[in-house]
Amino acid sequence: MSSHVTVDRWQFTLTVTFHYLFPIVTMGLAVFIAWLQTVAHLGREDRRWPLRRTAEDRRAHEAAAHLWTKVFAVSFAVGVVTGVPLEFQFGTNWAAFSNYAGGVIGQTLAMEGVFAFFAESLFIGILLAGRGRVSERLRWIAALMMLAGSWVSGFFIIATNAWMQHPVGYTLRDGRAQLDSLGQLLTNPWLPWQYAHTMSGAAVSGAFLLAALGAFYTLSGRHPEVAGVCLRIGVVGALVFSLLQIFPTGDRHARQVARYQPSSFAAMEGLFRSERGAPLVIIGTPDTEQRRLESAIEMPHALSLLTSRRWDAEIRGLDSIPVDRWPDSVPLVYYAYHIMVGVGTLLLVLAALAVLLVRRGRLLRSRSVLWALMLAPPFTFVANIAGWTVAETGRQPWVVFGLMRTHEGASPASSVPAGTAIFTLLGFAGLYLVIGLVYVLIVVRIVARGPELRAPPTKPRPTAAAVVG
Amino acid sequence: MATVWFIVLVVMITAYVVLDGFDLGVGALHRLLARTDEEREEAVAAVGPVWNGNEVWLIAGGGVLFLAFPRAYAGAFSGLYFGLVLVLWLLIGRGLGIELRDEVDSPLWRTACDTVFWVCSAALALVFGVALGNVVRGVPLHADGYFHLPLFSILNPYALLVGLFGLVVLAAHGASFLAARATGPLGARAARWAGGLWWAELVVLAGLAVPTDDVRHSALEAFTDHPWRLVFPVLAVGALAAGFAFRRSGALGRAFLASCAFIAGLLGSVAAGLYPSVLPAREGRPFGLTVHNAATSDHALRIALWWWPVGIALAVGYFVLAYRLHLLGGPRAGPAGGPQTGGGGPTGRPRA
Ligand code: HDD
Ligand code: HEM
Ligand code: HEM
Repeated sequence: MSSHVTVDRWQFTLTVTFHYLFPIVTMGLAVFIAWLQTVAHLGREDRRWPLRRTAEDRRAHEAAAHLWTKVFAVSFAVGVVTGVPLEFQFGTNWAAFSNYAGGVIGQTLAMEGVFAFFAESLFIGILLAGRGRVSERLRWIAALMMLAGSWVSGFFIIATNAWMQHPVGYTLRDGRAQLDSLGQLLTNPWLPWQYAHTMSGAAVSGAFLLAALGAFYTLSGRHPEVAGVCLRIGVVGALVFSLLQIFPTGDRHARQVARYQPSSFAAMEGLFRSERGAPLVIIGTPDTEQRRLESAIEMPHALSLLTSRRWDAEIRGLDSIPVDRWPDSVPLVYYAYHIMVGVGTLLLVLAALAVLLVRRGRLLRSRSVLWALMLAPPFTFVANIAGWTVAETGRQPWVVFGLMRTHEGASPASSVPAGTAIFTLLGFAGLYLVIGLVYVLIVVRIVARGPELRAPPTKPRPTAAAVVG
Repeated sequence: MATVWFIVLVVMITAYVVLDGFDLGVGALHRLLARTDEEREEAVAAVGPVWNGNEVWLIAGGGVLFLAFPRAYAGAFSGLYFGLVLVLWLLIGRGLGIELRDEVDSPLWRTACDTVFWVCSAALALVFGVALGNVVRGVPLHADGYFHLPLFSILNPYALLVGLFGLVVLAAHGASFLAARATGPLGARAARWAGGLWWAELVVLAGLAVPTDDVRHSALEAFTDHPWRLVFPVLAVGALAAGFAFRRSGALGRAFLASCAFIAGLLGSVAAGLYPSVLPAREGRPFGLTVHNAATSDHALRIALWWWPVGIALAVGYFVLAYRLHLLGGPRAGPAGGPQTGGGGPTGRPRA
């Protein structure tokens, strides 16, 4: 593969990975901000569960919503400015791919703009307007609309990616893909499970962020009311979404990959030989030269069972696929997949343990679990990015699976020579390093300042134990 | 069908330049116009809540180019690679300069953000002009629909002149926006600058006439062959004159609207002069990309026409709501009535 393509790939990898960190935060937090605002806005003592709330409880929810909205705002801003380069990089670095596929995926990208981004840009403004400048009701609506906007935006971008993974609804004419049916594009069988899995993955991150803040404030003995609210909602959300992440979304998505992208699936599972009753590999080192898995620990028959719901179903291994259609790096796909699944399993265990402790009223005293919760969020990001690494490197050597190879999709070297791309790649790297540092600095300051409870409570403040327990 | 999408594309780009144009203009004049910390705060506050929405017109416009004319999207963006990536970097700086300004409460930080906002905005206005100049002049397209322009040929004299024009027009646009919106000394200063920049617009516009005829004589024929297309230049000139008159009579809001119409007239004229080209080759050379050879299938374009009006109607609704809220909030008063009373910084949000 010629060098300019390699540089183009590195640049896209860098910019899309960096961008994706921020939508994880916004799409994930949007769920919980919307919930906090809903309780703050609708909660009453005489309502039914879950809206039966005391005034203190509502105030704590409001303060938590306010704090998280600040984090959301910074993440949104960085998400926006890093998203724009992605959209235009299709043209700058992947011109041949754009020319080939623009008639199809241009639709979903343009739809994302008009249906999601316009709405988001309005409602973020309302959500951020100072307290007292817009009504509480409007702010609550804005929180719901931000949730809708960011999730709709995710839908259209995943629809774009789903077409690259599993192209549907097009015909090839004059060497270009032309759209036949928008309906087919938006009901791509690949899309629903990829979408559900990705969004749930963002919500996992959002939930663990809430829990981590609650754990941090509890461990440092600050802001007990808000800490209690964040912990309680965070651990429950973490449990729910970690479960959804594995079943049904992860499971169904994996079966889909097995069906439509056997090359990617075999690489994910480290399956070099097609087998009946294929085992599920827990640990092992793929060796592409020898075409086998070193020092593997396996669960017999489990892979066949999971994939086909039959004990000895046949699973296609890499040997059934010509080598020039293997992913460029089988070990990368394999390791990324096992990192995602491994981290996901550990997160589920942690969330389940924390919920159990909350039910027994003991979470606030379990310092080791609080520490684990506080340190968990980075691992949720690792799992999300690892997941995308599986999806995107597993798709290789295709940029549009089965239709266009990645090296055919790059801009011609005569237009964008490798040297030029190296220059811009370094530019992006430097710029993003600075942005990343500034972002961390700002979020740390927001957390250090802590929430502001609006009015002084009239009754004695409840202890965090009462709130959580 | 391709012609319909050409019009859609021009409308999207025009909306972008008119709307984000005043953000960029305010930014380009930022550290020149606003002298004190409060004034700077007021200037940023004037664009803070709306710049993102305005920028979405660029993203959606790019989406329309991508979906309707993929070949032009691919050719233009890869051929003008450096210019495009520069735009991306500047857009990042501009956006973060506005958004992060109030996240750290320190005068040093605010100065840094203001400077980034100022430099990036001014540079963007210039670079957009240079890009437009290159499109009007035509690019050295090959038969395969691609071309390569190294940086020093992107910066050819004609394109630089259009770049200067872009900077002047957007600065004037931003000044008339601030003049209509800001209060106190800042507003007065903006009105004075708007007056001066009006003459600059006139001079550069006049200076562009002959070079433009040199690089694209066919544009003149487009107008003589289809005289109705003259409405665009007439609109531009009329709006320029009206802007002058309005400002003289102190109708600053109307002067700003005239500036919007002027920009719309200018871009309409360019589009009318170039049609049916989307990405023209140098004058007299073959391989130019037109609405016919760059468009995707008619079928796909027809499909997109089902959802596009719905989306744009929604977007217009959001904009009316957003500008109502923003403008009814009224200009933030000077030092005393500053952000503390509103509880918000420039972006209208509480300081972190
Ligand atoms: C918190 C994040 C997270 C966690 C814990 C998991 N995943 Fe995941 N996974 C993602 C976040 C993610 C993702 C970032 O959302 C991906 C990337 C592309 C996509 O569609 O979703 C993804 C992709 C992805 C794919 C598609 C690969 C491809 O398209 O080639 C499969 C098969 C799985 N996941 C399966 C699982 C299973 C069985 C898990 C069990 C623990 C799991 N994931 C945990
Ligand atoms: C959902 C929308 C996405 C689209 C449309 C998309 C599209 C693309 C394109 C065009 C390429 C370059 C061609 C190639 O190397 O195959 C690419 C590569 C890549 N993308 Fe994505 N991407 C998306 C999301 C993501 C996300 C969120 C990530 C990671 C966080 C990601 C990670 C990568 C990686 C790692 C590569 C390089 C693959 C390689 O070269 O082996 N992508 N993607
Ligand atoms: C190659 C792929 C991608 C492209 C071209 C892209 C493009 C963009 C653009 C242009 C913006 C700025 C919008 C604005 O100005 O309001 C943006 C923001 C956003 N993107 Fe992406 N994006 C990509 C990948 C992703 C992925 C994989 C997701 C999630 C699944 C995602 C979710 C979002 C969201 C929710 C926003 C709103 C801003 C934010 O929340 O940070 N994007 N993206």
